[in-house]
Amino acid sequence: MIQISHLTKLYDGKPVVDDVSLTVERGQIAALVGTSGSGKTTLLRMINRLVTPSSGQVLIDGQDTAAIAPHLLRRRIGYAIQGHGLFPHRTVGQNIATVPRLLRWSADDIRARVDELLTLFQLDPDAFRDRMPHELSGGQQQRIGVARALAAKPDLLLMDEPFGALDPVIRAKAQADLRQIQRQLGTTLVLVTHDMAEAILLGDRIAVMDRGKLVQYAPPADILRAPATPFVEALIGPDMRPFHLLSLTPAFQIATEGHAIGAPIPREATLRDALAECLWSGRDALPVEGGGVVTLAALRQRAAP
Amino acid sequence: MTARLDRPGLLFALIGLVGLVLPLVQFKANRIVPGDGVSMALPLAGLLALILLGGCLRWSHGLRLAAALAGLGTVIAALGGTARALMADGPALARVAPAAGFWLLLLAFALMLTDAVTRLRPALHWRWLMLAGAIALVAMVLSTGWLDQVSVMREYAARRDAFLREGVAHLYLAFGSLGLALMIGLPLGVAIHQAPSARGPVLSVLNILQTIPSLALFGIMIPIFGWIAANVPGAAQAGIAGIGVFPALVALFLYSLLPVVSNTLTGLSGVSPATQEAAIGLGLTRFQRLTWVLVPLALPVLLAAIRIVLVQNIGLAVIAGLIGGGGFGTFVFQGLNQTAMDLVLLGALPTIGLALVAGIALDLLVQTLNHTTPRPA
Ligand SMILES: Nc1ncnc2c1ncn2[C@@H]1O[C@H](COP(=O)(O)OP(=O)(O)OP(=O)(O)O)[C@@H](O)[C@H]1O
Ligand SMILES: [Mg+2]
Repeated sequence: MIQISHLTKLYDGKPVVDDVSLTVERGQIAALVGTSGSGKTTLLRMINRLVTPSSGQVLIDGQDTAAIAPHLLRRRIGYAIQGHGLFPHRTVGQNIATVPRLLRWSADDIRARVDELLTLFQLDPDAFRDRMPHELSGGQQQRIGVARALAAKPDLLLMDEPFGALDPVIRAKAQADLRQIQRQLGTTLVLVTHDMAEAILLGDRIAVMDRGKLVQYAPPADILRAPATPFVEALIGPDMRPFHLLSLTPAFQIATEGHAIGAPIPREATLRDALAECLWSGRDALPVEGGGVVTLAALRQRAAP
Repeated sequence: MTARLDRPGLLFALIGLVGLVLPLVQFKANRIVPGDGVSMALPLAGLLALILLGGCLRWSHGLRLAAALAGLGTVIAALGGTARALMADGPALARVAPAAGFWLLLLAFALMLTDAVTRLRPALHWRWLMLAGAIALVAMVLSTGWLDQVSVMREYAARRDAFLREGVAHLYLAFGSLGLALMIGLPLGVAIHQAPSARGPVLSVLNILQTIPSLALFGIMIPIFGWIAANVPGAAQAGIAGIGVFPALVALFLYSLLPVVSNTLTGLSGVSPATQEAAIGLGLTRFQRLTWVLVPLALPVLLAAIRIVLVQNIGLAVIAGLIGGGGFGTFVFQGLNQTAMDLVLLGALPTIGLALVAGIALDLLVQTLNHTTPRPA
């Protein structure tokens, strides 16, 4: 668990992060969104003390981070950034092994961990372990960057726009993988993103930053249904609201008894996918794999506040 | 017709043919008077002309390499042979010095050789082997004694011990000043990388040092160090003196600082910000960031600096001969004083050889490292 209380950062006397307090429960994902320059990166970097707070506190599992030597603190916290920052002169395996090596794990443990992580990220250890970073695609480099951040099994992972440079198809895959791995490992995750859709997809809670201030911190559904300020509303984009709302729920959750014709949609497809399918195929109801139907009427009801 | 001809080959042939027309050696009554030109034996000259003209054709690179080697061998053999023949019935004081013809032919075939090697694009390990082979070949030719009657080798024979001693002194000056420059320059480069505000002043001072002509620098140092040696207790015992090895070493060291410091800075600055941020974020200490990440990534640029400095210092160390610092320069300045060109050559030729070998070896080292640690685009 991570508790941020009254955290402030001043640059040249001006607050860049202004009295921010928020708590992320163990195993949850908090997504930080906001316009450019709103202080997201600064807030994130104060958690692992890459930036020293001007005032306020960060507690991790109740322990004040200011009381720990910064480099020791950082070895306990996974950190992945846009542009991955892999060490170009080290192999994939050596890159992933960075923090375990710093923590003096045994060579056997390190080797086993590298292979385990490569497998987790669907990269064949034998094929990738000894490659150099420049021999990987951008998407693969990004995965290695995240694997490296997770190598020493941190309880807390910080990510700054990790998928910013990926194309939409690979990004969607990377997001799904991240969500699955995070659930599997039970890691607490703080994620900075520009992309509201990404925040809604991944975040258990979304923190909206505006000019250094935290203006709303709530689950995605609440943010969408009841934006706290016009700024939050603008950030969501009024034209996107119903679609974001629908994307929060999988189809099987609202499936009801009934009969519908045509090809069924997958259980895990979102209501947004279901709506798109209704419109495209001209149907008023769709069968859901594994039983039940989703009706256009139900979708309409779900898309309104 | 011209399409069938090889342009570089034409140039080499032109240089070589001019060399064939000019005298191969100078036959002198003694080591300081000018002598008479003597040309190469006609059959050998004919053979060389054939090789040179053949080099104008579109030969395969391998054949070109073989031809260049054959040409070089023939020129060397002709030099030694002519010297032997002339000295066999000449007076003991007479000298046979290589002349314009020899140097031009040497140049022509050396260019042909380099050109052939460049076009062959041999793999890295082959280039290492070629360098080692070339050194071994030169050593072998010299040890056979075939060239012993050539004037430079006569000078060598007269001062074998001194040659060895000055050779060691020369290497000591070049490598010693490089070592000093690395010991001071690397930390200084790292320091101004960490403290950007100090970059301007430090680099300007080093830039000014670099522009002082070497003779002027010695001129300044002789009174300064002389005064220190005379007036500071213990200084003279510590080796500080106005002339000799000490000021020579200091001068070479000062000239080496700028390339070392500025390349260290360039190398470190070239490491991408994302890589550096990741290194901090993962919990590397300041020292670990330097040794695990920054220095390895800056290494190719650092090696480039070492190459520049080493080649530069091997050449500049000649000047040390002027102030009693030792090295091959001793022969050069002795020779200039006595107007004995052969003695000048005895100092100049090994200096050029050392600089060439050092330059090529370090180039290969840089490429070998770049091979194993590619840098991001
Ligand atoms: N080291 C610094 N010195 C002075 N000002 C800084 C520094 N770092 C950041 N800032 C300023 O703080 C503000 C917030 O920056 P920050 O990087 O946290 O924004 P962000 O929300 O991450 O933006 P983006 O979405 O563009 O990444 C910006 O106005 C920036 O110019
Ligand atoms: Mg940012």
